[in-house]
Amino acid sequence: MTPVLLRSMLLVLTASVIGSFGAVFLKFGAARINRNPLSFLNWQLALGVALYLGSSVFYFLGIRGGQLSILYPLVSLGYIWTLIWARIFFQESLTRRKCMGLALILAGVVLVGLGAN
Amino acid sequence: MSAIAASHAREAAAERRQAILLVCFCTISGAAAQILGKVGMTHFAPNLVAIVTNAPLMGGYALYGFNTLLMVLALRKGELSLLYPIVALTYVWVTLLSYTLLREPPNLFKNSGIALIVIGVAVLGSGGKK
Repeated sequence: MTPVLLRSMLLVLTASVIGSFGAVFLKFGAARINRNPLSFLNWQLALGVALYLGSSVFYFLGIRGGQLSILYPLVSLGYIWTLIWARIFFQESLTRRKCMGLALILAGVVLVGLGAN
Repeated sequence: MSAIAASHAREAAAERRQAILLVCFCTISGAAAQILGKVGMTHFAPNLVAIVTNAPLMGGYALYGFNTLLMVLALRKGELSLLYPIVALTYVWVTLLSYTLLREPPNLFKNSGIALIVIGVAVLGSGGKK
């Protein structure tokens, strides 16, 4: 494994973790939205958007290193983190259907990454 | 099940469907944003004037913003663990768009990959109860 690839992998992995927290804060912020348009200005939503932007910076820096067949699956680890956070922070149930759907999606993303090289 | 419970269940199912559809739509605009970004990056220059007048890049960013707004509206009612994986549909649209617009060659891996993603999203969306 070349140092460049390792660096790209770490960048993309970091992006996936930051992005998953972005989703968590968007969800926290979304719960505070009501009919008043000003309710969009809450710190959870702002933090969620900031985390998303931050994660996209890491993502683009990482993806520049090429090797999408290795990097895409790492990106999709973000779905797994998000599932874990959804369980911890929002007490969402992890049904068999969700796990099956996610497994299929992950396999699909891996294949798309393999095809991209 | 009592009539009230049944009507609550129907309402919840309708809300869930609405949130899923919203996220699906979100992935289409997300894919368009990605393609615009890719096109914009081909004539990227690292100075502010060049970036601001880079129409595809700016259009891409605007779509990303719109996209985030839709996602937030969907998350208001829907479950994160259900909706977030559906964002993977973006890969499907980006792949199809890059076949047609960017003339990237299709291959078996990509085609079976996007098919699996679509099936996965269908499995997620097909749940009758929460």
